[in-house]
Parts: sequence; C-alpha cells; structure tokens
Amino acid sequence: MRDFDYEAPTSVAEAVRVLAEHNGSARPLAGGTDLIDQIRTGRHQPQVVVDLKKIPELSVFELSAKGLRLGAAVPCYRIYGDAGVVQAYAALADSTRIIGGIQIQSRASVGGNLCNSGPAADSTPSLIALGAVAVIAGPRGQREVAAEDFCTGPGKNILGPGEFLVELKFPPRPPRSGSHYRRFIPRNEMDIAVVGVAAAVVLDEKKEKFVSARIALGAVGPTPLFARDASQLLAGQSVTDDTIGRAAAAAQAIARPIDDMRGTKEFRLHVTSVLTRRVLEEAVQRARQ
Amino acid sequence: MATVEKDSSSLRKSGNGKPYQVIGTRPIRHDGVDKVTGRAKYGADVTLTGLLHGVVLRSPHAHARIKSIDVSRAAALAGVRAVITHKDLCEPGDRIVELGEGAVNLRHLSNNILAADKVFYRGHAVVAVAADSVHLAEEAAALIKVDYEILPAVLDVEAAMQPDAPLLHDDLLTDELGKTALKPSNIAKHFRFEKGDTAQGFAQAKVVVEREFRTATVHQGYIEPHNATALWSADGHITVWTSTQGSFTVRHQVAELVGVPISHVKVIPMEIGGGFGGKIRVYLEPVAAMLSKRTGQPVKVLMSRADVFEGTGPTPGSYIRVKMGAGADGKITAAEAWMAYEAGGYPGSPIGAGAMCIFACYDIPNGKIDGYDVVVNKPQTSAYRAPGATNAAFALETVVDEICERLKIDPLEFRLKNAVREGSRRIDGPVYPRIGMVETVEAVQRTEHWKTPLTGKHRGRGVASGFWFNCGLKSSASATVNADGTVSLVEGSTDIGGSRTGIAMQLAETLGIAATDVVPTVGDTDSVGYTDVTGGSRVTFATGYAAYEAALDIQRQMVDRAARIWEVDMSKVAYQDGGVSGPGGKRFSFKELADQVNKTGEPIVGRGAVDPQGCGGAFATHVVDVEVDPETGKVDILRYTAAQDVGTAIHPSYVEGQIQGGTAQGIGWGLNEEYYYDAQGTMRNSTFLDYRIPTCLDLPMIDALIVEVPNPGHPYGVRGVGEVPIVPPPAALANAIYRAVGVRMHQLPMSPPRVLHEILRKAAK
Amino acid sequence: MAKRRIVSTTINGRSVEFLCQPRQTLLEVLRDTLGLTGAKEGCANGNCGACTVLLDGRPVDSCLVLGVEVEGASLQTIEGVAPVDGLDSIQQAFLENAALQCGICTPGFIMSCKSLLTENPQPTEHDVRFYLAGNLCRCTGYDKIVRAVLDAAQKRCATAAR
Repeated sequence: MRDFDYEAPTSVAEAVRVLAEHNGSARPLAGGTDLIDQIRTGRHQPQVVVDLKKIPELSVFELSAKGLRLGAAVPCYRIYGDAGVVQAYAALADSTRIIGGIQIQSRASVGGNLCNSGPAADSTPSLIALGAVAVIAGPRGQREVAAEDFCTGPGKNILGPGEFLVELKFPPRPPRSGSHYRRFIPRNEMDIAVVGVAAAVVLDEKKEKFVSARIALGAVGPTPLFARDASQLLAGQSVTDDTIGRAAAAAQAIARPIDDMRGTKEFRLHVTSVLTRRVLEEAVQRARQ
Repeated sequence: MATVEKDSSSLRKSGNGKPYQVIGTRPIRHDGVDKVTGRAKYGADVTLTGLLHGVVLRSPHAHARIKSIDVSRAAALAGVRAVITHKDLCEPGDRIVELGEGAVNLRHLSNNILAADKVFYRGHAVVAVAADSVHLAEEAAALIKVDYEILPAVLDVEAAMQPDAPLLHDDLLTDELGKTALKPSNIAKHFRFEKGDTAQGFAQAKVVVEREFRTATVHQGYIEPHNATALWSADGHITVWTSTQGSFTVRHQVAELVGVPISHVKVIPMEIGGGFGGKIRVYLEPVAAMLSKRTGQPVKVLMSRADVFEGTGPTPGSYIRVKMGAGADGKITAAEAWMAYEAGGYPGSPIGAGAMCIFACYDIPNGKIDGYDVVVNKPQTSAYRAPGATNAAFALETVVDEICERLKIDPLEFRLKNAVREGSRRIDGPVYPRIGMVETVEAVQRTEHWKTPLTGKHRGRGVASGFWFNCGLKSSASATVNADGTVSLVEGSTDIGGSRTGIAMQLAETLGIAATDVVPTVGDTDSVGYTDVTGGSRVTFATGYAAYEAALDIQRQMVDRAARIWEVDMSKVAYQDGGVSGPGGKRFSFKELADQVNKTGEPIVGRGAVDPQGCGGAFATHVVDVEVDPETGKVDILRYTAAQDVGTAIHPSYVEGQIQGGTAQGIGWGLNEEYYYDAQGTMRNSTFLDYRIPTCLDLPMIDALIVEVPNPGHPYGVRGVGEVPIVPPPAALANAIYRAVGVRMHQLPMSPPRVLHEILRKAAK
Repeated sequence: MAKRRIVSTTINGRSVEFLCQPRQTLLEVLRDTLGLTGAKEGCANGNCGACTVLLDGRPVDSCLVLGVEVEGASLQTIEGVAPVDGLDSIQQAFLENAALQCGICTPGFIMSCKSLLTENPQPTEHDVRFYLAGNLCRCTGYDKIVRAVLDAAQKRCATAAR
C-alpha cells in the first residue's frame, strides 16, 4: 500500500481546515470500503487520509415529521435496521440491505456511496427517487445540492477542493407513498448492479391513481440518472399495466448503457424496462399498504 | 440429504466377512479443532526470525519482448535486500518432468516462473524483490523499469490457429499426428483417436446432430492465494514452507530450477487453502529460494488475488465441435469430436485428457477425436479438477440431449442403452474394468427428485453424465505403535479436504482399532517416503492403500511379538478382531499388546509403499431443476441431485463434501465464471467481485447420492471421488435451461446476457 | 514514511496496544504484528470474507479497516471464540457437520455466524444463506455449512430453553 498519513478531526470546522491545509492531497474516509481498496490499487494516491467518523454531525440519524436526516458516515446496517426508515423510506432500506454483504454493510455509508460516485452505486437511485438533498461543507461554507445533480461522471462529482458531504436530507413522505429499489445482478448477492432502478410513488386517496412518481436509474449511464420524463408521465395517471409500461419505456429511452464485463448494451436496455416496471409495481404495492 | 446406495453383489466387507467397523462412519476429522479455532497454520502464516518479504513484478502486456530490465533504483531503496530475474535461476534445458497430474517442460516452467526474453501473457512474472516489509518491496517493484517491445497478441484459440496469427514461439513446431511440422505455429500438437468407421456409422444413423461449442477461461478459484517461504542455509540446504498439493513435486521442481540435488531441498507442507489442481506446478518457491540465497535470510512471497488470476494457471478456454449419430432404437452409431484447447503461453493444455473423456460414458462403436493443443497469450494453464473433461462434457452432453429429444427417448434411458460397462473399450483404447456408470443412472432414476414432475412456468429439468480417471501413482506411509494402544501415522499426502482422516480410518479398520486411536500427520519430504501429488482423485485410494499396507505390516509384527511373548510358534498366532489370538484361548487386544511392545523388544513400526495399478474410473450422473426468468435470462437453481459411484465411501461426509463442492464449481463454471479480456489482453475482472464464483445464496442444498460399486483393485473398494463432480453441471444446466425456455446454449458461461440474447433471438423468429 | 501510531484496543477481552503505520490494514496488524493469524487474506478487497472479525460486535472485513481506525474499539477474532474449556457451539457444529474441507474460509464463516445467531437466533435457511453471502467458500458448495449453522441454532435454542 502506498504510504499515507492519517488524521481524525472531531468537528466540521476542523475537517474543513485539515482538508484545506493538505490542498488536494487528502481524501476523506468514512466506511473505507471503497477508499482503502482504491489506495491499494493506486486509483487514488492521497498523502493524507482524513477520517470523518469522529465528527458528530456525520453520524446524525434522525427521523421526524420534518423528514430524515442521515449523516454522511452512518453505516448501512443502521439504516435498514431502523423500522421507521424501512417503513417510510423503503427504497433506501432496500439499497442498504444489498450493498456488498454483511461485512461491507457494517462499515459502508450511503454518504460514501454517493461520494464515490460510481455509475452503478446502489443507494444513489434511491436518494434521487426519495428527493434527497446533499448538505456539503467546505472552505466557503455550506451548500446544498439535489442528489440527482451530485454525480457528474464515473467517479466524479460536484465536490470542489476541500469540500465534503456532511449529511443527506430527505423530505417527509406523504401519506400513500411507497418506494422500492431493485437491481439486476448475475448472482444473488455481492455483485455490482448491472441495472438498478429506484422508484418512489405517491397515490391518490383511492389509491388508484399516481399523484406523483420519481424514477431513477443506476448503471445505465455515466452517472445515476433521474428519469424525469418517465416520472412526470405518471402524474395524474391511473395505475395500470399500460401506464406503468409507458413509464418503463420512457425510462429505457434515457438509458445510455455500455458493453462491459458486467453486461451488454442490449441486455441493460432490455432489463431497464423490465426492472422499471417491476419496481413501480412494488412501490405501488407498498403505497397501498 | 444424502443416501448411500450399495451394490449388493460385491464384497463391501473386510476380508473376514464382517461389516466394516470404521469405514463408513463419520468421525470428527483429526485436524478439525485446529481449523475451527484458527490455530491451523497455512503457508501465509509462517513466521521466522529475520523474515524478509518478496514481491513479484509482472508484465502488463499480453505479448512482448523484454528489451532491458533496470533494477538500479529499486535495489538502491533502503530496506531492499535483493532483486532477481530469470538469469538468477538455473537453466534446466528442454526436459520433460512428470508433475503427477500432467507433465511439464522444465524450460517452459522456468521461463514461466521468471520470464526469460519474452512475456507471453499479462501477469507473466518478470522480476522479484525481497525487502524488510511487503510495503517496501512493493515500493521497490514500482521503481523497476522494464523496457518492452510490445507484440501483437492472440487471445482466442480459433484466432491462434489461423495461418496468419501472431506467433508466440518461433521454435514451436506442431507435432502433427506424430510428425514434426517444418514451420512454427501456435498449434503445439494435433493428435487423433480412432475406432471403427465413422462415415459408415453416420450413414446408419437415423438422427445426426452436429454442434459447435465455445467455453471461456475459468480459474480454480481457491480462496487461499499462493504462498512460499524459503530459507537457503549456508550449508546449501534449502527449506521450503508452502501450501502445495505435492511436497515431493515441489522438491523436484525447486531442485531443478535452482540447480541443486533434490536431497538439498526439504519441503514442509503447511495446511493448504484449496488447490483443485492449481497448486501443483510451482510459481513462488524457486523465487523465494533464490531471494533467500541472495540475502542469507528467509524470504516469504505471497500472491495477491490479482496475481492469482493473472499469474497462475486457469483451465483452458476451448472450441469444440461434436457430431453424433444414433439409430431409431436409440443406440449411438458414430461420434466425432474436433477439440481445440487453449494452453496459455506455453504448450500443455489438458486436451489429451479432454479427448479421452469426451465420449467416455458411452459405448461408441465408431468414433474419431481430433485434439489440438494451442498456445495463446493467456496465463499458462494448469490442472483444474478433472482437467479438460468439463469443457468436453458440456459439448457432448448437450448433443446427447438433442438426440434424445429428436428420438423422443428419456435421457436416462438413453444413457442406460449406451452406457459403458466392464469390458467396454473407450475410443482411445483402454478397456474398462468394473465401473459404475449404469449404477449412477439407475440411482438417479430411483430418486424422489426424478420421480417428482417439475411444474411451473419457465422451469426445466436437465440431466448430464460425466467421467474422470482415477490415478494410482505412488504413496508412502509409516505407522508406529504407541504404548497406549494408539498408532502414530505419518503419510505424505497434503490434506486439502480431510483426507488424513480417511487414510487414518483405513489404517484403523485394518487393525481393528478406533479412528480416534490413530494420530495422522502429513509429513515433510524428509520425514516420509516419496508420495505423489494430492490430485488425480488418488489420495484416499493410493495413500489409503499405503496405510493399509503399513497396517498389515504392523499386524505381522504384532503376531510375531505375541508369539515371542507366549513362546509359541508364529503359525499358531493370528491377528483378528482388533487383537492377536493364540493357542489355548490366549489373547491380547491391540491395546494390551501395544503396552507390552517396548518392554519386550524392538518398537513396532509399520511401513507401506505402494504403486497400485488397480484404480477404477469415476462416473457421475447429475440432474438439476432450474427456473429461468425469461425477461432477464437469470437462472435460479431449484434442486440439484448428484449421483456418483465412489467405490466405497470411507468417510461419507467428506465424500459428500467432494461431490457438493465439485458440483458448486461446475455450477459457477456453467453460469457465471469467465476471464473477461479486453482487446489488449488484460483480464478486466481479476477480483472476486467480478470473477463471480457462487456465493451461499446462489445455491440450494446439493443432494449428494453416494453409489457404491466397489473397485476390485483396492482392499476397501475405494474409487477416487474428488474430480468427476465438476464435469456434468454445465451440461446439466444447459439441458435444464433448454427445457425451461426453449433455447440451446452453446457457449459458457451461460450468463444472463447470453441467455437473454438467445431468448430474444428465438422470440424474434 | 508516516510515523507509526500507538493504538489501544481490546482484543478477545484483553487490552492490547500496538504500533502500526496508517497504511497497515487491521488484517495486516492482526496477522503480522499481533500473531493472530486466524483471519486470512483471500482477496484484500472485501469480496471473500476470509478476514472477517467482529468490530464492536459487528462483522467486518478487516482488510478494509485500517489499524489506526480501531483505537478504543473492541475486537473479537477467531482466536477468542472458544471458551477456556472446549469449543463454542458453532465450532462444534462445524466439526460435527463436516462443514469444512480445506478450512481456510472457516474462521471467517464462524465470525459471521456468531454475529448472525446473536442477531437472529432462529434463522431460516434463506436467512442463513443471505447473511453468509459475503463469505466465499470454494470447497464445500455451502451445503454442510448451512446445515451446521442451522444445527448450532437449534442446539443453542434447546440449551437456552432448559
């Protein structure tokens, strides 16, 4: 492993200072399940690793009438282990339950998953579908960015020099809402998503029409994608196989997958439509409970 | 769970006609406590005073000439103690040595361990560094400058056989049906097996099916990476600690490659974390030895997971064409196979074994098999559990399934009609002794699995059979009687799967003592007689035989001792029922006599050294139920039954374990595992993330159905069991997928994108 | 080279202090500095589980934890599983059910199993398979491992009921 030094600030201000001091040669560390391997393979070569887990704000985990606040360093197992989150933000629980196996889930955080900015990240589509907002700290203070605007390319995001993610804020879920995340993988666990789809829906009082929907895709583009057209298509529509099918087709239309060692273009396009349909159906089912 | 079916017509009893006391029971394995407490020491756990750490620098290019190597900056780094290249190894010349499961050309072996003037695959080892810590060694390796002239690479067997393909070796002249060709080629060898007249046989057939198949490169996937620690002492003696399938073959290979007599090399086998054939040829041992020579200190070298994928021997990718004809009565009239296997950077794929196995389950009156060993710019292949047979079975058993469908014959009935039996002659010549192919098929027919119809959409049931040889080869054992009535047994077969217990059980059975009264140890090369590799499904058979002989030797000595104690003639004393009986009701139990041994004369040490010729072959028939998601091509396994003739199951739990483990590997091979190369010849998926072996969640319980047709060539009827389980699964899955969604798969792995592609293609028609 | 740090932690119930460079993973520290070689390296990137230890009661891949990160934490490794006088029920179940062949994955599996049975004392077969998906075994096909876990669960419940 390349040599690096280690610091563990205990406040946001201290972390901002430390990152600025090292001027681009430091990388933040939360769960470490991506970063440590990336240092080992040489993909990242920081001179300093800045452990953010001792900063209280990054461990915030609050579910209230105002919504959900999720600190950037909160590990996956705490998220799917919370009955309130499982109930109200089901897609997020779905995502965290299948990232990498039990051992990974003990350490990996959703914040880290977002900041790693992999196109196939399992939690990012759920963040987008649930309308999450990223709260970022840096040398010029704090700012907020919608989850769908966070990633800019494979492994790239809008974090500027010295900036880091502090927390993710989710708006409260209205009544008759349901959400789901599902991915296609060749085995039954431990794989990177070949296609990932998250959907959050809100139904009307009779639970027969969509009030709104947010659909997000993973692993079929250089970043996770917010399927805006497919989502808007459903607003005000009856819940039928036909409307769901049209939304699935619209989602497929924005997918720009590649051939790689995890899947072919043909496969990913086809499965995007299949999964979108299945995920919407499950989200509707949950909204109806 | 698992059942044991016995062939009632044969002797499965000990020589005195009584049922077995120990064989067939399930004692806790002798090394079990150490393994569940983390005390067992594997190769990477070795620690020695003054230990240095070695790292190997590997070629990033699939095919290149080495123009120069500059190690000066690496050698100058503080904490770096030695840097070596190929010139530090001994030049062994172009000699072939037998490794136990296959032969190897020593010059190629040497060049594979550290490249001489060319590299033939990405991952080919080029330079090795020893330093005070592994981190320093890695930093040093990064400072080494190798100047390569990159050459065009060829990554596929069909491409490599084209006349204009880039050539790997300009001195590789094809052995074309026994004659040496004049011009170099990537085809190392072309051979042919023939029997009868296939043209006539096809003419007589009602149905003829001819299909092409392609399989990808696949790795053994042992969880423990390769390791070696070596100490080259000032007196010229080398000690090697390693996780290996063969201590004696390591000794031989190291001695040849570093240029010392074999008596100067002592190999201490540590526990081994999986091998499956991949830990027989050496990679790190000679490197560690030379680094130790240069530094005067012990050196440990470990591979990373990426090194394992890119730098050790997977099993070949292949192209196979099979043509088979059968009459209206379902009897095979003729069969032909054209098979080309990728050997990797140097010749020596298991094409020979694959060609012998492809039709081995069936009695073929007219047959022809053409086999080609072809070099490509991929790692040098190594044995992987029944090497060559799984590729072949995938092709053949799929064609058999198609023939059954066309003739509307039940696939198990077809197998019974055409199965080889005692006396059948294989196309490549050998005549079968008593074997159990028929019995495995009948055993499947009797299962609740087979008798229960499979219902539900997109579900299908597939069947496949398979064959693999059993090796005999040589084994040694020595066993000492202890005063407390126990026996200390030293044998030479490194234990990958619990074999020391199976061997101890055979000794215990012979002496009539309890398995727990035998203390087995796997000895190093100075402590036990020569023993061939743990491979070839031979250990329980051959080393068990050696233990049996050692036990008979102990019996003779015990008889002699009792006679001396009783002062009677030896002819009046007999070993029976776990003790010694003499005239007039005189009797010593084993324990009682053992207590007397050192008080009455010399110690009793039994010896066994065998080269048994009577090994049988192993047959298996598998049936699998799958459900395919027609919208994604994902295959889920609902139920799996694997029936196998094991001769006699010494320890049924570990026999079941071999069947289940081999089946799981075959499933991975069939559904997901492959080396994914880019155009430059880089394996993109050299991690366990993207080289996808089955996880716990991917498999159901695997019903291991033990069929016992005892092998007359072994005192306890043992057949080798370890390898054949991996042979049928890919074909069984392919046949099940066909019945589930109506598509025939002709390529491995049958990953979801490929299955979906076929489903969509079929729907488009 | 970054200076070594002193890390204070509790391992298998005992206070332990060790020195490590920041770049040394917990797995490396356990094996090479502390001589606790039960945790194994299989892949170095969290895909095989052979390095599983319990960190503050949670199963983690120690190859993806830095040594410096366990300051003040409590660790349990395979070496700390067996009681003074015998074996833990999971270890015993592995032996009785022949749930190991080469044994290299066994310590990792046992650590994951300890966590599983603490969280879910009566898991179904599916629960077991899902929980253990992060531990790879190449030898057994998992059949006997799953049976061993179900067996251990059943025996522990029977003991608890008494």
